[in-house]
Amino acid sequence: MAKLKGFRLKRSYFSFPYAVLSALFVILPLLITAFYAFTRNGHFSFDNFVKFFTTPNTLKVLLFSLGMAALVTLICLVLAYPLAMMLADSKINRSAVTVMLFIMPMWINSLLRTYAIKNVFQLIGMTNAYVAVIIGLVYDFFPFMLLPLYSILSGMDKSYIEAAGDLGSGAVHTFFKVRLPLSVPGIMSGILMVFMPTVSTFAISEILGDTSTYMFGNIINDWFTASGGSGWNIGSAYSLILLALIAVTMLIANKATGGKASATGNARVGGGIL
Amino acid sequence: MNNDTKPPEVLRQKFDKIIEVKNVTKIFDDVTVVDDVNLSVRRGEFITLLGPSGCGKTTLLRMIAGFETPTNGRIFLEGQDVTDLPPHKRNINTVFQKYALFPHLNVFKNVAFGLKLKNIPDGYKTDKNGGFKLDKNGEKIPLTRKFTKGEIEEKVARALKLVGLDAYGHRDVTSLSGGQQQRVAIARALVCEPKVLLLDEPLGALDLKMRKDMQIELMDMHSRLGITFVYVTHDQEEALTMSNNVVVIKDGVIQQYGSPKKIYDEPSNAFVASFIGESNIISATMKSDFNVNFCGVDFKCLDKGFAKNESVDLVVRPEDIIIKKAGGKGALSGVVTQCIFKGTYYEMNVLANGYEFTVQNTAEHKTGSEVTLDVEPDGIHIMKKQRTVNEYVTEVDGENTVALFGGSFEFVNNLGFAKGDKVVARIAFDKVELTDDESDGTVGGNIAQTLYKGSYYQVQVYTDDDDDIFVDTADEWDTDDRVGIVVAPEAISVERFVEETESDSAEGEEDNG
Amino acid sequence: MSKTKKALCRAFIYLMLVIIYLPILVLVIYSFTTSKSIGVWNGFTLSLYAQVFSDAEMMSAVGNSLLVALVSSLLATLIGTLAAVGIFYTRAKWYKTLLNLTSQVTMVNADIVTGVSFMMLFLVFGLIPKGYLTLIIAHTMITVPYVIMNVMPRLSQLNPNLYEAGLDLGASPVRTFVTVLLPQLIPAMISGFALAFTLSLDDFVVTKFVNGDVATISTYLYNKIAKKGVMPELRALSSLIFVAILAVLAGINIFSHKRNAKEKK
Repeated sequence: MAKLKGFRLKRSYFSFPYAVLSALFVILPLLITAFYAFTRNGHFSFDNFVKFFTTPNTLKVLLFSLGMAALVTLICLVLAYPLAMMLADSKINRSAVTVMLFIMPMWINSLLRTYAIKNVFQLIGMTNAYVAVIIGLVYDFFPFMLLPLYSILSGMDKSYIEAAGDLGSGAVHTFFKVRLPLSVPGIMSGILMVFMPTVSTFAISEILGDTSTYMFGNIINDWFTASGGSGWNIGSAYSLILLALIAVTMLIANKATGGKASATGNARVGGGIL
Repeated sequence: MNNDTKPPEVLRQKFDKIIEVKNVTKIFDDVTVVDDVNLSVRRGEFITLLGPSGCGKTTLLRMIAGFETPTNGRIFLEGQDVTDLPPHKRNINTVFQKYALFPHLNVFKNVAFGLKLKNIPDGYKTDKNGGFKLDKNGEKIPLTRKFTKGEIEEKVARALKLVGLDAYGHRDVTSLSGGQQQRVAIARALVCEPKVLLLDEPLGALDLKMRKDMQIELMDMHSRLGITFVYVTHDQEEALTMSNNVVVIKDGVIQQYGSPKKIYDEPSNAFVASFIGESNIISATMKSDFNVNFCGVDFKCLDKGFAKNESVDLVVRPEDIIIKKAGGKGALSGVVTQCIFKGTYYEMNVLANGYEFTVQNTAEHKTGSEVTLDVEPDGIHIMKKQRTVNEYVTEVDGENTVALFGGSFEFVNNLGFAKGDKVVARIAFDKVELTDDESDGTVGGNIAQTLYKGSYYQVQVYTDDDDDIFVDTADEWDTDDRVGIVVAPEAISVERFVEETESDSAEGEEDNG
Repeated sequence: MSKTKKALCRAFIYLMLVIIYLPILVLVIYSFTTSKSIGVWNGFTLSLYAQVFSDAEMMSAVGNSLLVALVSSLLATLIGTLAAVGIFYTRAKWYKTLLNLTSQVTMVNADIVTGVSFMMLFLVFGLIPKGYLTLIIAHTMITVPYVIMNVMPRLSQLNPNLYEAGLDLGASPVRTFVTVLLPQLIPAMISGFALAFTLSLDDFVVTKFVNGDVATISTYLYNKIAKKGVMPELRALSSLIFVAILAVLAGINIFSHKRNAKEKK
């Protein structure tokens, strides 16, 4: 008993293994990335960031990626919102299986789905690289937009809609003044789960497109795989730029929804399987 | 633990105080929840920790159970320091407010949980020849064993019978009603035969009828089993009906300790008086020993030892006021302003000499009727008046201003203090003015609490600078209201700060809050 | 709502379903013919499937994927459950915030950044050669947050005194964790495990940077599709994986529906 005096196993100690592993395998890798980003040949330097702003092609690719991501996000939203509304409407859809069928592709390896759609393009003779990449990305990310929208719309208290109708609001007016504002957190989650992952993708654009459809993810990939020399330094700097962009979009989404949006696969846990 | 081998009579004499809490303080995130508490619990006693929510009573209980470690101070169980002993090694069991039954186990397995873990003494180690083996010190080496399946079954059955759930062993705990779940929780704790049973608002989640029944059952169990009960509640009625002794706690400080009767009849301060049931608390003056004056009339009382003409607080319970139709004998005459039937008695408000008395009586006096009131000497309880002056150690921060509550207040500087002088500033409770509009005050604050003192309200204001200021006012203020604080220059008396004596009185002020 | 409107809405739902499953269906159909490119039907045959099972490289990729997914998701479930309990009950706010933040960072970080930072870590320190070990470490670390996210809500539903009741009745902290807390957490742990397992199988980007010589399904497919053009037997492999995943998902869903229904009773 004397030995135990002073020491008490508390529940908080159960998290120590994860805390240690996090330090080693989450924090340390990011520090290494930061170290490479701010050095050149072992010396402190901003050259890698300078390189980013002085290489027109890189900037162009980033802007192209952001544009593509915006377009893909918009298409996903426009297709998913009405679909989510219909799926959430018990008068139209009562079957949980239908919802499950829409969400299930989320769990299939994205390379496989990209391969499948590539085959369809071959079958119908679609050769335009831009269109192919856009369709491929929409196909890939659609479930990630649908699920948060469905979750928020199906969970929405119907009395709001009924109250609006009771107060004399028409269907269109109710949609824009009640339903849409209430579903903003879901929209934001969807955008977060589609927009930045699209910017950083590289396999889909590589498989379905060509060098003209390079995304920012492809550039980072190239610096780490193809180039020797200071490739790591430049790639690390670009990685940090990507991280900064993610942080900015998260902050914007948080501001817009008062912290209710989530970019962390909540959707995957919330609705999909189980 | 080897104390167990001594005869129990010796133990009982030696450790009549089964629990001793010595100078225990608990601080959570800079908030002092329990403040230097001393308490001892006698063996076999039913003691209740009573106080409003957030007063620290549950924290104190949790420290006794071992779920929390005191920031300062020690806790003793049968004379043994258990402050650092984890809960699973203390022979104390707890009944939790929301039962905390294990949902994956049935009733039987819930009750048997603790029994299965228990090690019980099982004779002593023997050598091959059948003699006792001895350790280095020549002492016999005690052996322990677990309960057998049969023993467990028997004990669980007995415990379930005790709480009236004989046939429920196989039932799923989630299928039981709240009252039944609470009974299982009690059986689960009692079956371990603890030295002390802690009960943390165990009846809080039950409806009124159920609660009354369980109160009686718990009292019955306590007297039959002879185990020490430490009971936590915010319900004063529960506390008064069930316990041998009540500990009234507020803001982590014990306000009063005593038998229910003593707490009710002789509350030690206005907080206890108003927390323990309805009462009339009136400002009064001690004329001499056994003579007190309130509402302009002299009354006989049983209290003495106050200074002549000392200002005191006086408590009269509503049922102790004798009410009669006007024209009869009576010390005070007044008018009934309200009369409500409360089932077995009438509760009336009577306005007499500027004070509205709450009176309870079985006879009805209609609203508007004229009555006389009287109180027997044993119905009058005198309490020492708490401070009447706010006192702060501060410094002069301008020509004629003194720094208080984060602002500067003007005062009459006829002693010629210079800027930077350390001083004691005193402001009488009734000299502080509160303003509705925060910006009208020199500084702002929140109303922390209000106590009705008969002819006026005593308001505690918590300033933005974390100071307390007490105000006697005729107006009623709502808790958490924002107010401004104004003090007239002539109402602030300023004295030079003298190191020792003055700092003592400044500290004393903190305690009273 | 009018009948036509309802019908139109239903039509839209089914159209979307068809679009989503059409590519998969096409792939499955053409997995039964040997033609080099899709659109040409050479007659029904199972020879592509035969090729898949006789292709040692393909089979080892499948085996590696399953092995890594199994080991890493088991580890993630263990570490994640312990972490969730620790984070949930800790009183130190800074510690709570810090751990929540690191797990958030893992989830929102771009896969490619996670991948390259792992690669640099393993190469810089050079202690761990890229291969099974690095794959398992990386997959465990990227899936732990999802286990935490599954277990945490369950903890907040539990009676706050449950753990203390265990201690109070004489069980040691470890024993209380095992006999009292764990049984309450098992459903959440199972979903956490399933999630970690599928995420691991799914992952390509992080895997690509840490796998060394060990090929998984993802890296194998990437190398074949992106670099060497069309291989007909990939259609058979993909079809097999599709069907396997859909079957498992359907099974899990049915299982959880049944469990929910039973709990509601």
